[in-house]
Amino acid sequence: MLIGESARPRTAAPRLVVEGLTKTFGAARVLKGVDLTLQAGEVVAFMGANGAGKSTLVKIVAGVHEPSGGTMRLDGHSYAPASPSAALEDGIVVVHQAINDNVVLTADVLENLAIDRLCRGGPILFRRKHWRAEATAMLERVGLEVPLNRMVGDLSLADRQMVAIARALGHAPKLLILDEPTSALSDKEAERLFAVVERLKAHGVPVLYISHRMGDIRRLADRIVTLRDGVITGDFSPPLDYEGAVHAMLGRALTRSRTAKLAAGQPVVTLDALRVAPETPPVSLSLRSGEVTAIVGLVGAGKSELAECLFGVRKHAGGTMRLGDEPYAPASPGHAVSAGVHMAAEDRSGASLVPDFDLTQNMTLPFTRAFSGTAGLLKRSAERRHATSFIDRLGIVTPGPNAPMSALSGGNQQKVVLARWLSRPCRLLILDEPFQGVDIAARHDIGRALRESAGSRATLVLCADLDEAVEVADRILVMSHGAIVAEHAVDSLDREAVIRDLSKTDHAARHAA
Amino acid sequence: MQPELARAPTEAGPTVRERREGSGGFRQIAVRYGLVTLLVLMVIFFGTAEPSFLSVRNLVIVLQSVSIVAILALGVTATLVVGGFDLSIGAVAATALMTSSYIMVVFGGGTLAAVGACVAVGAIVGLVNGLLIVRLRIPDLLATLGMMFLLLGLQLIPTQGRSIASGMSMPDGSTATGTFTPAFLALGRYRVSDLVPISVIVMLVLAAVITVFLTFTRFGRVMYAIGSNERAARLAGAPVEAYRIAAYMISGVFAALGGVLLAARVGRGDVSSGNSLLLDAVAAALIGFAVFGAGKPNAIGTAIGALFVGLLLNGLTMMNAPYYAQDFIKGAVLVAALMFTFGLSNRPR
Repeated sequence: MLIGESARPRTAAPRLVVEGLTKTFGAARVLKGVDLTLQAGEVVAFMGANGAGKSTLVKIVAGVHEPSGGTMRLDGHSYAPASPSAALEDGIVVVHQAINDNVVLTADVLENLAIDRLCRGGPILFRRKHWRAEATAMLERVGLEVPLNRMVGDLSLADRQMVAIARALGHAPKLLILDEPTSALSDKEAERLFAVVERLKAHGVPVLYISHRMGDIRRLADRIVTLRDGVITGDFSPPLDYEGAVHAMLGRALTRSRTAKLAAGQPVVTLDALRVAPETPPVSLSLRSGEVTAIVGLVGAGKSELAECLFGVRKHAGGTMRLGDEPYAPASPGHAVSAGVHMAAEDRSGASLVPDFDLTQNMTLPFTRAFSGTAGLLKRSAERRHATSFIDRLGIVTPGPNAPMSALSGGNQQKVVLARWLSRPCRLLILDEPFQGVDIAARHDIGRALRESAGSRATLVLCADLDEAVEVADRILVMSHGAIVAEHAVDSLDREAVIRDLSKTDHAARHAA
Repeated sequence: MQPELARAPTEAGPTVRERREGSGGFRQIAVRYGLVTLLVLMVIFFGTAEPSFLSVRNLVIVLQSVSIVAILALGVTATLVVGGFDLSIGAVAATALMTSSYIMVVFGGGTLAAVGACVAVGAIVGLVNGLLIVRLRIPDLLATLGMMFLLLGLQLIPTQGRSIASGMSMPDGSTATGTFTPAFLALGRYRVSDLVPISVIVMLVLAAVITVFLTFTRFGRVMYAIGSNERAARLAGAPVEAYRIAAYMISGVFAALGGVLLAARVGRGDVSSGNSLLLDAVAAALIGFAVFGAGKPNAIGTAIGALFVGLLLNGLTMMNAPYYAQDFIKGAVLVAALMFTFGLSNRPR
């Protein structure tokens, strides 16, 4: 029993006990005998690198997979869910990492909140009036204020996530599993989620919290359990040893992978009073060659919109952009790429990867012209050589250059996207949230590759997480409500000041602009 | 970190599909070679039961019977590759048939003028389809369905709904003076080495051209990328609109060429000639998904799909199967092929 002094008193019987759980897929042994005990009212942070087996364990508990061996007990009774709905019936509620898997985009908020109950029966006629009070109460529980008739597809990712969580809580859960719940949330939105988690905890519901984000874990966890290579490698109770946990998860201590800062060269991109939309504040900034600039800001601060202007996805509404000495106003991503501006968009699977293509084809997609000869005939061996060299350079873990993307973990898929845009020299490289769903080791590889190659171009990284920005950038710009409100050099960073800048009010942001 | 790759696939998809595990080996073979095996078995069966089935002359007849459908199917494959669909191909073929007949019979035009006009009609219809879909964002099925109706009606208007033949009387009371030129009719009737009809040669050439284009050029690569994830293709810098419009133009031109060959074979502008072309061509392209387990539109599969249907119908006809069972048989083949493609494969959904 691992109860620390600071932990609240608990009932003696554990809520969920997992013993000797194993799982094999074909020849691969994913789980090699996992023991895990969850007490009522505790938040357990569950850490593991991509591919360690976290999701497999969650899927077994949630009834998606059958275990190959081992037993589970829920509230003292033997527990072996035959299907996800059986698990739900028993009070096991899972909020999946892919937010859009948790909601129906083409239905409105009320319908999304009512859907589980509808599937379990009830009156034949669907009368909205009947559901309104309950749906409102469900939203209040998570502190979300959106109209019940708003289509979920029109909500921000963060609000969709909150709808999914509100729906999950409607089940009176016995155990809540959150899989990377904050990966698309800003700090403020995450705070709302944390409040919900704490309320559940006070009601005695255990929460298994899967995350790569140390900030979340520091904030919430009563215990940290680490999984590596299908085995539990650490179980930390208070006082929590965070570095020890990361060590147990990765099997090696993290070394900061920063290389020396390069001298910033000529300005590559200059924005002068650029407005991404008529009502947004003007943005002026200059990006120099050899320098990695990070823009941090909450979700919705306007980072992606700025990147879309630079990449020709969105027409700017005012001001000017210059690339080198030339005026620059790309009409499409195609124009941007030929002008030497490359961008890896935020949504990796939706906006970057082509699911039917193998690794090589995904890597060379924007530059097929460079890999083809007369009449556009492709030179496949040249493509393959190119892919192989990048697999080595970025340490991409893959069965081979012709592996389908589904055979790669999230971090390695992200490396393929990075390799794509490093394939040809460029003047400006934009990476929008490059570390989403990427484990810490892969994050270091990506950061290192980014810095090593930064010499000849300007690099712009957009992220919500300050730690991620600090890891790769030379300077950090803070964006709030569409305006750049502050600039910090990484070497002399005052974290508190950045946090203050990040949470500046609407009014202050306008003022600063 | 090294064992990561072995398990990565199990970590990828978030949902339920991995419940069906095991038996991967056999299923994979069935998906890849099932349809081709069926084709070979079928040929052996007919060849044994009816030795003349395998005679060169009969095989040429089969090729000729599928050539026009195959040409249309190869065109529609291009639209399937970019994630679209073209329902207007049958109507384009019929329009081309009427256009070529009208030009020669009514205007007294030459072979080149007739063929050139048809190709132009096909390209223009494809362009309009593409613009409706890309610029006005009309869903592809609806836009091309509308175009199909429009063309089927349009081709009837100049002749007030009558078929076109030499010496026909015109709406104004006069008599048409032109005739089908011998060169045009030769497109449908001449046989190279007294054996292989022109239409078969055109089909083989077009099949080779479109296969190389889709599979081995960067243009084809980008088209497949658009069909698989349009947003990713756009953000990789591909001019998505231009490619999609081009795909409909390819489809239109191929359908028009099919119509020309049909007109040359029939030797008159028959208003009902193109009726079954659409469904047969679409079926061939969809059967093509299953060939070698491609699971996606591909030109070689389309050609084999057309051949499959042709051989089956020919063999059954030789064995005195009634003609009215033909559509039933085509449908059964299509359903079987779709089962190979979608039901047995492990594609993520």
